[in-house]
Amino acid sequence: MDAMSDHEHDKQLRILEGPLAAKPAPGGGHDHEDGEIVDDTLREHRLELSAVRERLKDKSGKQYWRTLEELSGDPHFEELLHREFPRHASEWDDAVDRRDFLKLMGASLALAGLAGCGRPDESHIVPYVKQPDGMVLGKPNYYATVMPFGADAVGVLVESHEGRPTKIEGNPDHPSSLGATSAIVQASILNLYDPDRAQTVMEGGEIRAWSAFLGSAQEAATGAKAAGGAGFRILSGTVTSPTLAGQLRKLLALYPQAKWHQWEPAVSDGAREGAKLAFGRVVNTVYVPAKADVILSLDADFLASGPGHISYAKQWAGRRKLDGTNDSMNRLYVVEPTPTVTGSSADNKLPMRASDIELFARALAAKLGRGNAVSLPGDAEKWLNTVAADLAKAHSSSLVVAGEQQSATVHALAHAINAALGNVGTTVYYTEPVEAEPVNQLESLRDLCADMDAGKVDLLVILGGNPAYDAPHDFDFVRKLEKVHTSVHLSPYFDETSAYCHWHVSESHYLESWSDARAYDGTASIVQPLIAPLYYTKSAHDVVAAFGDKPGQLPYDAVRAYWTEASTHLGTAIDAGWRKWLNDGVISGTKLPAISPELKFSPASLPALEGMPADQVEYIFRPDPTVYDGRFANNGWLQELPKPVTKLTWDNAALVSPKFAGKNDLAHKVVSRGGEHGQVRSAVVDIELNGSKVTAATWTVPGQAENTVVLPLGYGRSRSGFTGTNKGFNAYAVRTSNAMWSAAGGKMTATGDGYSLACTQYHFNMEGRQILSTATLEEYQRNPAFPQEKREEVAKDDSLYKAFTYPGYAWGMAIDLNKCNGCNACVVACQSENNIPVVGKDQVMRGREMHWIRIDRYYTNSPASMDGGGNTGDPSQYSPALDNPETFFQPVPCMQCENAPCEQVCPVGATTHSTEGLNDMVYNRCVGTRYCSNNCPYKVRRFNFLRFQDWETPQLKLLRNPEVTVRSRGVMEKCTYCVQRINNARIDAEKQNRPIRDGEIVTACESACPTEAIAFGNINDPTSKVAKLKAQQRNYTLLGELNARPRTTYLGAVRNPNTELEKA
Amino acid sequence: MSVTGNLPAGHEPEPWIEPGHTYASVTDKISSAVLTRPLGIGWLLGFAFLFSIVMVLNLAIGWLITKGVGIWGINIPIGWGFAIVNFVWWIGIGHAGTLISAILYLLNQKWRTSINRFAEAMTLFAVACAGLFPLIHTGRPWMAYYMFPYPSTMGIWPQFRSPLIWDVFAVSTYGTVSLLFWFVGLLPDLATLRDRAKTRWQQVIFGMLSMGWRGSARHWHRYQSAYLLLAGLATPLVLSVHTVVSFDFAVGIVPGWHTTIFPPYFVAGAIYSGFAMVLTLAIPMRKAYGMEGFITLRHLEQMAKVMLATGLIVAYGYFIEFFMAFYSGNKFDVFLAKQRLHGPYAPFYYALILCNILTPQLLWFKKVRRNIPALFVMSLIINTGMWLERFVIVVISLTRDFMPSAWGRYSPTVWDYATFVGTLGLFTMLIFLFVRGLPAIAISEMRELVHEDSHGSEGHS
Repeated sequence: MDAMSDHEHDKQLRILEGPLAAKPAPGGGHDHEDGEIVDDTLREHRLELSAVRERLKDKSGKQYWRTLEELSGDPHFEELLHREFPRHASEWDDAVDRRDFLKLMGASLALAGLAGCGRPDESHIVPYVKQPDGMVLGKPNYYATVMPFGADAVGVLVESHEGRPTKIEGNPDHPSSLGATSAIVQASILNLYDPDRAQTVMEGGEIRAWSAFLGSAQEAATGAKAAGGAGFRILSGTVTSPTLAGQLRKLLALYPQAKWHQWEPAVSDGAREGAKLAFGRVVNTVYVPAKADVILSLDADFLASGPGHISYAKQWAGRRKLDGTNDSMNRLYVVEPTPTVTGSSADNKLPMRASDIELFARALAAKLGRGNAVSLPGDAEKWLNTVAADLAKAHSSSLVVAGEQQSATVHALAHAINAALGNVGTTVYYTEPVEAEPVNQLESLRDLCADMDAGKVDLLVILGGNPAYDAPHDFDFVRKLEKVHTSVHLSPYFDETSAYCHWHVSESHYLESWSDARAYDGTASIVQPLIAPLYYTKSAHDVVAAFGDKPGQLPYDAVRAYWTEASTHLGTAIDAGWRKWLNDGVISGTKLPAISPELKFSPASLPALEGMPADQVEYIFRPDPTVYDGRFANNGWLQELPKPVTKLTWDNAALVSPKFAGKNDLAHKVVSRGGEHGQVRSAVVDIELNGSKVTAATWTVPGQAENTVVLPLGYGRSRSGFTGTNKGFNAYAVRTSNAMWSAAGGKMTATGDGYSLACTQYHFNMEGRQILSTATLEEYQRNPAFPQEKREEVAKDDSLYKAFTYPGYAWGMAIDLNKCNGCNACVVACQSENNIPVVGKDQVMRGREMHWIRIDRYYTNSPASMDGGGNTGDPSQYSPALDNPETFFQPVPCMQCENAPCEQVCPVGATTHSTEGLNDMVYNRCVGTRYCSNNCPYKVRRFNFLRFQDWETPQLKLLRNPEVTVRSRGVMEKCTYCVQRINNARIDAEKQNRPIRDGEIVTACESACPTEAIAFGNINDPTSKVAKLKAQQRNYTLLGELNARPRTTYLGAVRNPNTELEKA
Repeated sequence: MSVTGNLPAGHEPEPWIEPGHTYASVTDKISSAVLTRPLGIGWLLGFAFLFSIVMVLNLAIGWLITKGVGIWGINIPIGWGFAIVNFVWWIGIGHAGTLISAILYLLNQKWRTSINRFAEAMTLFAVACAGLFPLIHTGRPWMAYYMFPYPSTMGIWPQFRSPLIWDVFAVSTYGTVSLLFWFVGLLPDLATLRDRAKTRWQQVIFGMLSMGWRGSARHWHRYQSAYLLLAGLATPLVLSVHTVVSFDFAVGIVPGWHTTIFPPYFVAGAIYSGFAMVLTLAIPMRKAYGMEGFITLRHLEQMAKVMLATGLIVAYGYFIEFFMAFYSGNKFDVFLAKQRLHGPYAPFYYALILCNILTPQLLWFKKVRRNIPALFVMSLIINTGMWLERFVIVVISLTRDFMPSAWGRYSPTVWDYATFVGTLGLFTMLIFLFVRGLPAIAISEMRELVHEDSHGSEGHS
């Protein structure tokens, strides 16, 4: 027991000390020497597992071991034991009274020992004799880095407490972030501390030292070199890192016949191939929504996924700022098969099968004088005419965006349409590709599979990715992988692919390794580590170097070498530049210049399109909005994050339209356990598609195209870790290379079973209550105070009591519903900032999720259920309004009421009001009667029904924000307006003897928000941003008739629909 | 509150005690259950069964304290579930005991005599069961002392605006006064038992408990004044305790809670369920211990009349709740009212109407009032109905409050049931112990009754 805790303790010490070495001072941060020591120790003391197994084979359950030495029957150990503990040594075998204890302890000790054997001696924690420069204990430091993600990289500023990264903020200087982040970026820090990460190099399931891997790699490399690299293959994801690309190119030069393949499961080749079709070569398309008056999205979720989406959302929302009735707004049209964040924020939306989008694009091109006229079905035709006219009217300030999952033709058509509309150069421009080596990834993977099948591959190095899980089903990747002589997999988890590879190298997180990456517009940044690797992990740079002529080259040296060379082109001296780049988080001057590729594409030349029959059901594959392609499956924050539109957590489901569900009797049943705010049992279906079958739960999504079934990717992982394994169903199982994004001819049969899904908001009807005020732009211009209509608010002085005055600061928040697109970034940012626990699917199904801010989703055009004629707020009960509902999102944090109903009823005064208007929670005082939550009309209070917080896992302790109490069970908690940030700002201001400035306090949700929908500040200061917003006529109070006088208010949502379509 | 009234002139009143009883026979009969009657196999089996249920309660509470209230079915938005439903229900049941012993005493209703002792015991045990719930339903029960105004070095007091604090005072006062009242009433009987006890340990125990009662005139004089005073003290509690309990809801802003009708309607409901519980207990007890002579049919009929009257007040409360929802036009209240009729929990509401409003209408008929099996079944139905009423108020209101996005539902877990059944077991086990450990009917008061009967006084002075 003692040995165990010591061991854990030491590990923690090391982790705590790690960052001191890794303090991102330029040039620091690599623990080369450590690594060497480790390797020696490992070699000396390594236990042969086979020998251990042999020894254990003939032991029965009554004999246990305490240490590995004992396990291996080392006589020295036994001697030591008797010398050290003469009285207790005999008890070693006396397992009767301590049976269970020893059983558990022995097993975990043996395992922990295996994971930790060969650690160098750890030193003790001592206070800083000499405090590192720039570090004040207790004050966080911020470092700029970037999170590489697909063909993009998001610039971030990472908050570091004594060397532990704890929170991610956006980097305002970085083009992909502009200060904001997304849910995935926010949650990425949890992956760093994930206890399920792979922690060492493994060969065939046994631990190996990195040096052993280096040796083997060089051996294999020598063999490959002899053959000119003939059997050498590398498989990577999309690479935007210039250094890695440079290393790979050098490697290919070293092995002329070696090949580099790329594979990303969730991004189609449509953009690349479409560019080739349109321009004859691959170009990178960059949009400038800020300049667009009219935007048409062809199945593009450009506000919430894909390269540059944070920036696009910011620019889009910037054009929806309404300070007065004279302000104009952009207009967003969306044609899409299934509701996305973008589609739900559209001014006009048309649900349409994904396979029909090309038809629509062709028809639109034809309307704009490109190509042959195509006829669309009734409604769509009218829609098209109106949209085409609107786009044409906004010549050169319109924008057509093609979706990431759409075909090459649609992309080419979008290029042609943008050209026809004169948008190129204003709302859209082209650059050289951001990807280092753009290839058709499907074909690339197909080639690799063919080579593997033909036995041509001797050495396969997989850099990241998980092809055994996500390769097209018909490629039969696993079977072919087994034919490879030596396979190496680099990945952060020991996953499905790792299980079939000979070597597994655990991959470093981007916060613990050096690298570089390009953003969507080409801007390069250095990825600088915040902490030394927590485990024996390596990056792709290490692995590539291992096979090249510089084995053991450190990523830092590789990155530095690349940029030393590149700096000469940039005209900056490397030493000065390097420091600045690290400080800024961007390398200035690397943004790719706009190019003007010649449009070589004529829509008229397209072969006639064979349209799908109208009643044909299509099955489409989409990356999941939270776990993406499956790589975030083990991230509890993302698993528990309600998906923006469906509000499902912990599972994916085959999404169907209400009409389709009605026709096929796919019912939902709300289960009493958590009810509408928790558990819904839905029909289970078998889907046969492309010759294979998958069993999935179904989910009815209002606004989905009638004959579309969406199969979200990223679930059904079999080896993901504690959090992600066996959640949802695996859509990759029915995905084949000939129908990557859309498949027809599937068969769906209801199994008759039900499956419980955890849905945090089932009821979508506002029941005629004034919860989310909306208007069209016209209505707003006519009556800018539209949210005040039909309100029954009580005047502030209608009270017998004298109103409390707030003479100093009065904190308040305004949320502009006009800008919110429901992307969820705030929810995860809050979770990260405030140490909010993950409760798991079972608890979510009981209605006990802990998010302090939630995003409510309402469909406004369905009449209240109790007033007759309406839908009961149950998506499985069909009503025509659900075919294409108007969707609105509303973030709901604590309203910080001045007349707080919760404060009145707390028997112990655990929730009280501050003189600045905060509704404070005193966790120490709370006894947990939950009366406050019952009495909260907004239901924003969250209760620790059980001990939800993980208090044991040492990694998770590092993750926590030291400025926020970690709550135990039995206490209530809720949004505090990030009171720790308020007080930090107050301390700074008081030290400088000045008032807190507007904008000095940024709450976690506000700072994460890509659309700047949330504003926080002092409402006593009429010049503050929040006070100005609150002064707008659009400002209204949620449930104002209750006279709770919330400090959080909303600005009514204004949509700018095309009235001609409204009339239809 | 005089519900019995005088019988029509010319009608010979039924006696409150079976004719032929003397002082000695009354004393023999009642004290025998404690002193001489052997423990029958039925009692032992019943006690063993109840004891095992109490062990289930222990297990449920132990697990609750180990894991947290999350083992129950409560959630956000339904922060209160079975625990509060049970609390209100148990507290309500207690009310009949106090009403019988205090108010009817002040009103000189002689028929209370034979039932007041065990009705008071029932009150005590019900309050014990009820008091358990507010304690264990908190997230951190070991911190529950924060709710008492003890002198804290931190200078923190409870938050006196919260109805939960009022509850703490109301329930603890109620428990204390009920215990005192019961004990003071027991004194002469304890002395009787002391005097008649045959074994040493009985003599010692009853001797200590009777606190030196010798039955002197001075004792009787002081006893009568003390009893009268305590009756006077307990009387307002009958009204105040459930009024305060109703404030837990009425002060909240949840639609379905925020109603001014709650205090009277809760009090009436409490007495309603309390009398039902007295019947549930009295009918088997009088049979088992041959006490039909003391608890006569006339007693049962009297209680049925009280139930009918309070049941009608409760029905009026239901009606007013609906009426006010629509009359006020408050959209949240209107919605909730409709939800009760059409929502997912509508069956519970209809069951409630059936149990609490429709069934007791049978009590208009004298035949039913004097039909013992019918009364027993009806008392069970009314107890169920009153439990449902609290369920409807506490749970259904919370499932549909202001924000449709946060609507939810509730379903109890096995631990909710275990705790509820456990308190039923605890309550019944205490009753079992009580009937064999203490005189279940007030001997001294029955002797008075014998005296009055033999002197031809009806007792209405």
